Amino acid sequence: MNMVAWKMLTHERAKYLGLVFAIAFSTFLLENQTSIFAGILKRTASQILDVTDAEVWVMDPSTQYFEETKALRDTALTRVRGVPGTAWAVRLFKGIPVARTETGRFAQSIVLGLDDATLVGAPRKMVLGTWDRLREPDSVVIDRAGYLLLYPGQPLQLGRRLELNDHAVTIVGISEAGAPFASFPVIHTRYSTATRFQGLERNQMAFILARPTPGTSAEALCTSIHAATGLRARTSAEFAWDCIRYYLKNTGIPVNFGITIAIALIVGTVVAGQTFYLFTVENLRQFGTLKAIGIPNRRLMAMVLLQGAAVGAIGFALGTGMAAVFFDVFRQQVATRGIILMWQSVALTGGCMVFVVVLASVLSLRRVLVLEPAIVFRA
Amino acid sequence: MNPSRPAVQCRNLRKQFGDGDTRIEVLRGVEFTAQAGELTFLLGPSGCGKTTLISVIAGLLDSSSGDVEIFGTAVEKLDPDARVRFRRSHLGFVFQQYNLLPALTAAENAAVPLLAAGVKPREAVGRARELLGKLGLADRADTLPSRLSGGQQQRVALARALIHGPKLVVCDEPTAALDHATGESVMELLAGAALAPDRAVIVVTHDTRVLPFAHAIAQMDDGRILGVDRTQRRTAPAHSH
Repeated sequence: MNMVAWKMLTHERAKYLGLVFAIAFSTFLLENQTSIFAGILKRTASQILDVTDAEVWVMDPSTQYFEETKALRDTALTRVRGVPGTAWAVRLFKGIPVARTETGRFAQSIVLGLDDATLVGAPRKMVLGTWDRLREPDSVVIDRAGYLLLYPGQPLQLGRRLELNDHAVTIVGISEAGAPFASFPVIHTRYSTATRFQGLERNQMAFILARPTPGTSAEALCTSIHAATGLRARTSAEFAWDCIRYYLKNTGIPVNFGITIAIALIVGTVVAGQTFYLFTVENLRQFGTLKAIGIPNRRLMAMVLLQGAAVGAIGFALGTGMAAVFFDVFRQQVATRGIILMWQSVALTGGCMVFVVVLASVLSLRRVLVLEPAIVFRA
Repeated sequence: MNPSRPAVQCRNLRKQFGDGDTRIEVLRGVEFTAQAGELTFLLGPSGCGKTTLISVIAGLLDSSSGDVEIFGTAVEKLDPDARVRFRRSHLGFVFQQYNLLPALTAAENAAVPLLAAGVKPREAVGRARELLGKLGLADRADTLPSRLSGGQQQRVALARALIHGPKLVVCDEPTAALDHATGESVMELLAGAALAPDRAVIVVTHDTRVLPFAHAIAQMDDGRILGVDRTQRRTAPAHSH
């Protein structure tokens, strides 16, 4: 009877395609919006996740997320180094000076000042040049997107001069840093160079980057540092989630995306559900005939569920394919780099589509199950 | 043929719809017997309860009271699953509107009872082709119902009703939508293919043109069988048996 169910489904081509495309567009919209949402939120933690050689971030106890920092005293570094379980700890500067090119084009930028001796936190994905050239005087590494923002339409080139808050520096490398939340250039330099870009504040150290000794977990080290110094210490993953949670809680991003996702879900459910319901209702006489012939309710249920599962699976596959093409195209754009179709988004959307199909099938099934087979004798 | 063996027996059969002021009694104590090996016609004016009676006989509707037996089985006393199984293996249906599935070809439509019984599609459709060939539709087996004439559609419906060898075939106005010649041809096929000593056919009809095919004619009115005429054996065409 599966053959009969399949033929009933595909016989009316317009309705069949309508059903499939309702599911496909709903899938596309849901996967698109949830992936972009997750990608944008992940950007709030890009600079944390880019640092792969340290596992623990130490900061002022009141710090809530990466962008909001209060400088620590230099003595804090010594205190953290003294905490048992700390293999090493280095300073990290973060500032947002204005970067200006020779032509006068300027943009606010994120400057990360790395420990002069170790260069811990240096960008590992380089597009041009090497990060160890940061040891040269007044040198910086800028990310590719920031370079294209400051030098639009120009080829990547080392040796260009930039002014950071009126301090001249030379670009010695171009990196592929994770995209920041705002479209600021991400500039890496040495700590001693970076502190010169800022005003004359007493304290300059935004973060301390640390690594636990072998046998000590990052979480345990965080607890020890907090207990010993009173400073806030978070693992890289914890700090990244702190940033994401901060933006979720304090910005309108989740509401905006939430509305779009809810509309996609409602439209998908209503359109696909209603079309499938009408499809079944219009075929009630056929189901009545099958009932009269002696096909039991459970077989009819299986037929309706098979029809629902077929349109759901085909629509979901189409929609996911459309989303994959969309993200593949936009992944190559500078503005949308790093935003990918996440498997979690595909899985979540798959779950939603199963819900839509089951709901539509159950609503339709009710009509089939209560159907009086004697309907077939009515003209 | 054994005319004394009852195929269908209805005793004091009653069927009501609705409650209170809206209650309508459609069957009012029907006493009816259709004999095996016979083609029994059920005649009566519109609204007299013919369709309700065959719906109850076929197990598509429950009666309010009374008994129905089909070849000795009290269908209403079976549990719902057993009743569906009984209907699937022992009953065939021919409807006024044919009720063919528009998505299936003629052969696939005729094969539906076999598919329902779990026969593999290839085998079921093959057997349906064979039967359609016997009914003169060999060249239309792969055609969708929308491309068949009324008479051809009714022959496909007939094939669907007969393919699984049911003991009882129930027909509701099988010739109402057909012209005289086509109607007569359908009745010939029905009488020829469905009748056997251990089988029976009940036909509800208004079409007096096909009465010569009947072995018995039950007259119905106002929810009762007024009488069964078997004194005058009808003269069916010679090739119908």
